[in-house]
Amino acid sequence: MSKFALEINDLKKIYDSDVVALKGINLSVKEGDFFALLGPNGAGKSSTIGIIASLVTKTEGKVKIFDIDTDKNFPEAKRLLGVVSQEINFNNFEKVMDIVTTQAGFYGIPLKEAKIKTEITLKRLGLWEKRNEQARTLSGGFKRRLMIAKALIHEPQLLILDEPTAGVDIELRREMWDFLKEINANGTTIILTTHYLEEAEQLCKNIAIIDHGELVENTSMKDLLSRLNVQGFLLDINQSLEKPPSIPDFDITLEDSTTLNVAIYKDQSINSLFDQLTAKGIKVLSMRNESNRLEEMFIEMIKKN
Amino acid sequence: MIRSNEILVSLTTLVRKEIKRFLRIWVQTLVPPAVTMSLYFVIFGSLIGPRIGTMDGLDYIQFMIPGLIMMSVITNSYANVVSSFYSVKFQKSIEELLISPMPNWAILVGFVMGGVSRGVIIGCIVFCVSLFFYPSFTIVNPLLTISVLLLTAILFSLMGFINAIFADSFDDISIIPTFVLTPLIYLGGVFYSINILPDIWRDISMANPMLYVVNTFREGMLGVSDVSIPFALSMIIFFIVILSTTCLLLLHKGVGTRQ
Repeated sequence: MSKFALEINDLKKIYDSDVVALKGINLSVKEGDFFALLGPNGAGKSSTIGIIASLVTKTEGKVKIFDIDTDKNFPEAKRLLGVVSQEINFNNFEKVMDIVTTQAGFYGIPLKEAKIKTEITLKRLGLWEKRNEQARTLSGGFKRRLMIAKALIHEPQLLILDEPTAGVDIELRREMWDFLKEINANGTTIILTTHYLEEAEQLCKNIAIIDHGELVENTSMKDLLSRLNVQGFLLDINQSLEKPPSIPDFDITLEDSTTLNVAIYKDQSINSLFDQLTAKGIKVLSMRNESNRLEEMFIEMIKKN
Repeated sequence: MIRSNEILVSLTTLVRKEIKRFLRIWVQTLVPPAVTMSLYFVIFGSLIGPRIGTMDGLDYIQFMIPGLIMMSVITNSYANVVSSFYSVKFQKSIEELLISPMPNWAILVGFVMGGVSRGVIIGCIVFCVSLFFYPSFTIVNPLLTISVLLLTAILFSLMGFINAIFADSFDDISIIPTFVLTPLIYLGGVFYSINILPDIWRDISMANPMLYVVNTFREGMLGVSDVSIPFALSMIIFFIVILSTTCLLLLHKGVGTRQ
């Protein structure tokens, strides 16, 4: 039977300003999972992560990390947890090496061992060359890597990343994806919040969506995407048209004279569309999604809620 | 539960970090008190002092030395903790501590030890500076002197910690030192014995906590005091206990640190 890396029961948070951030969330993340926690701004994602990481005090509810009740033994639970916060949270005037070594020390790792672990982690994240530089001199992307290095220094079994790729260029983002996939494959459970839904779709096996402090969805990525009723596709064609071709049962508009915008419903076959276009002498040169599939689903859900 | 050797390592890490912090910026932290106190010794000790004559039967410059050392210890131990802890809150690097398994008491002890270290180092620097102006100075009761030095540094580090917990801006960390600590120190018998004051002002001065700290230290260094030493020592220890408990309660409740 697989264990849970995280169990949240009836979690509530009301801030001093009477803002109700969480209205009683129940959530379980299995060991080894790569889990997406999504939601619009102000939905309650960061409050949830804050409570798990002890940066926010909960109003009610239970949090268990690998079956350890945080109310009973938070220090032990914290040893298994690594957190990459949304905002930069290190002293910008310290050297990269010192920041990571100090973080290891806070987890009780002796200095000699901490230095060895720091070297391994910095090399793994491509930060070794920057080890003697002050953190303030690093680019945004390297600062993000440093945040991840800090969170990984004590080899946590559960890693929570709160928008780790915000403001990071696409090349570095993809490098980070590969890195996260690798550590997940090696057994680390990962919970990810992101505004890049493409990122969640690429990386995560399971997904929960929070809105207005409530969980509106908690399922597998595959299941969620299979519920998508309609998908928009852009087809680049071999000829210039003045008006869209008329094909029964398909909604087709012209994006521009050589690009068709087609809405394919769940019960429609894309082969049938191709056959009918071919019959009209229109050849499809290439095809792409009009927008990210998860993004469409997400917007639909948030609108409903 | 977290193992005791791990707590020791985390505490050592925090203390090392705190000491490195003020040593890294030594021009801002260690040099100014030495310069300021040199000026006090030149102006009040060497220039005005001989015209004043003696205070409590001692040369004026000799009488002033313990007070000036204590003044430096108080302001620096307070300033170290208030600025350091407020900075980690401001930069959000306090999250590094809060998400780690370090218990609250270790966080408090780490910052207080940082403040005590700076206070004691500054105290030693000022004492060395004073020897240039009064080379024949000898400490009457070294044990009492060191005890008061450490207890005072602990007490004011704890006060700085509470100030930092409640501070929401850089203004908030300078209000107490400027408008409360400095006047109380100046009126707390650093430059004079309260025996020279009229009765009414002597009675008012007795309500100034700095008077007890300065005079207990003076008793240790010179063997003269305006107050009862056992009473003063027990009050310092009493306030250390009260303030430590307050700090731990504030940390436990997450006041100023957790949302």
